[in-house]
Amino acid sequence: MNWADIFFDGVLAALGPVGAAYALSAIGLNLQFGYGGLLNFGHVAFMMAGAYGTAITVDLGGSLWLGIIVGIACGGLLGLLLGIPTLRLRADYLAIVTISVGEIMRLVARSSFVEPLTGGVFGIQAFANEFFDLNPFSPGARYGWGQFVFQGRALFVSLVGWALVGIGLLITWKLIRSPWGRVVRAVREDEDAARSLGKNVFFYKLQALMLGGAFGALAGALLAIEQQNVNPNSFEPKVTFFLYVIVIVGGAGTIIGPVVGALTFQFLLFFFDSFMSSAQQQGWFNWAGFDATDAAQVKLVLVGVGLMALMAFRPQGLFGSREEMLIGDR
Amino acid sequence: MATAESPLAGVPFEPGVAKPDPILVVEHIRRSFGGLTAVDVGRLEIERHTITSLIGPNGAGKTTLFNLLTGFDKADTGHWHLNGGALVGIPAYRVARKGVVRTFQLTRSLARLTVLENVLLGATDQHGEGLLGGLFTSWRRLERENTGRAEELLERFDLIQMRDQFAGSLSGGQRKLLEMARALMVNPELIMLDEPMAGVNPALTQSLLHHITALRDDGKTVIFIEHDMDVVQEISDWVIVLAQGNLIAEGPPSHIAANDDVIDAYLGRHHGEAL
Repeated sequence: MNWADIFFDGVLAALGPVGAAYALSAIGLNLQFGYGGLLNFGHVAFMMAGAYGTAITVDLGGSLWLGIIVGIACGGLLGLLLGIPTLRLRADYLAIVTISVGEIMRLVARSSFVEPLTGGVFGIQAFANEFFDLNPFSPGARYGWGQFVFQGRALFVSLVGWALVGIGLLITWKLIRSPWGRVVRAVREDEDAARSLGKNVFFYKLQALMLGGAFGALAGALLAIEQQNVNPNSFEPKVTFFLYVIVIVGGAGTIIGPVVGALTFQFLLFFFDSFMSSAQQQGWFNWAGFDATDAAQVKLVLVGVGLMALMAFRPQGLFGSREEMLIGDR
Repeated sequence: MATAESPLAGVPFEPGVAKPDPILVVEHIRRSFGGLTAVDVGRLEIERHTITSLIGPNGAGKTTLFNLLTGFDKADTGHWHLNGGALVGIPAYRVARKGVVRTFQLTRSLARLTVLENVLLGATDQHGEGLLGGLFTSWRRLERENTGRAEELLERFDLIQMRDQFAGSLSGGQRKLLEMARALMVNPELIMLDEPMAGVNPALTQSLLHHITALRDDGKTVIFIEHDMDVVQEISDWVIVLAQGNLIAEGPPSHIAANDDVIDAYLGRHHGEAL
């Protein structure tokens, strides 16, 4: 059992492209849920809108950059479409509509009648060459020190991804400290009170939903570009719940929370993945008759236990304020 | 109390009577919930620069009337206007921007905002509240001015030392004060208080009464819902009485306290009779 290897498997996954994409997507969800109090249970739909918007634009002959803009716009537009009928109603309706729209979009994208557009179950591949043409590193070469090593391709996507996360943090930080952020938080606390003070509650909720959706869409586009592949199977509802775990573990309604949450989540996932597979190979589980698949399943149990421990000891999340959490609705 | 120089001197004590300088005029407002008619008022005028108490037994439609007038509920029929401008069908947030601000029977403090942030939220001129305005414009100068005004209000309501605490950590009475300070930050012409004294200890009641009188003296118009007749007697210029959705009496407090219709509404028509 090489603990250094296992540890670095976790670290590299956390800092890698997927970690960055999760962080970016969680920044969007945090704007909606953490600050705006919107129960969006279909954040994966926004990521899907971004990924497919990008890939389809390129597939139809547009450039990748246009595709990314189209993807982000699709995310915002989806927020508009979902928000207009639901945001005047009680919070639960948004939850119901978003969770079903996420599934509807995934099932439609994989059905055969839209195959000319979405590629059906096969998806769309190799649409991001323009992005990788800009890669200043040689794709196969290894960069780093000791065990902290990225391949050139992954390094490029990670750097771009974390730069986008930085921009996302900057925008969130500026917005939340501004009077706009104050109104959005007030709407989360009590809509009627905000209304009685002359705030157009519906409009603020719509803005938060659309902006968060645009961040989700950009994250979806980033994931798709990294894999040079969009496929309906990458957009299952569990992605939304991973993102909720990330936001809550990091600290909902904090600026840096989603990023810390994404790093923690990815680290735990790959740390335990690496741990379980090497433990299985060394025959630790022979007494139980575990094969490699079983070991991978147990990994998720361990991640779950780890997250539960975090919540038990820091219910406000890693960066949340305990005082703020305890206030609730007294 | 209505005194000799009161603007309401000489106004007859009849339900729906016209006032010399009304800020709010309501005509034929009606709202029913299924078979129950919650509010059905033919005519009601509220005199400018006065304190008007709205009283009535439980279920009389007082809060419903507040909700209708402030856009929090939709009337089935009716017209009402503020300074001659129609308010019907206007959403609640725009009613507030037109200068009519209400508070709530169950206090709605924004728990996870600080006391200062609660009050700053009342400012209506902050362009930084727009998404693009917040991101790209410089809203700090305006914010500083508003903070100055908010701090004056907090000082006036004895909340200044709690300025940076979460509103959720205040006591019930302090929240009532905060809600009033926040409403004043909007700079309303007409302020509608829904049971501002409910659940507040007697010492604080006195200070709230003082604040409400000060509002009138600052040139604002106040309507407030209240159950405690001593409070109503003490500060009202005029009292309007609702029972089962209807306006059954209005007049100065001394008149109302002796009015048989009002006593009947509260105690039932056959009170005092031999059984």
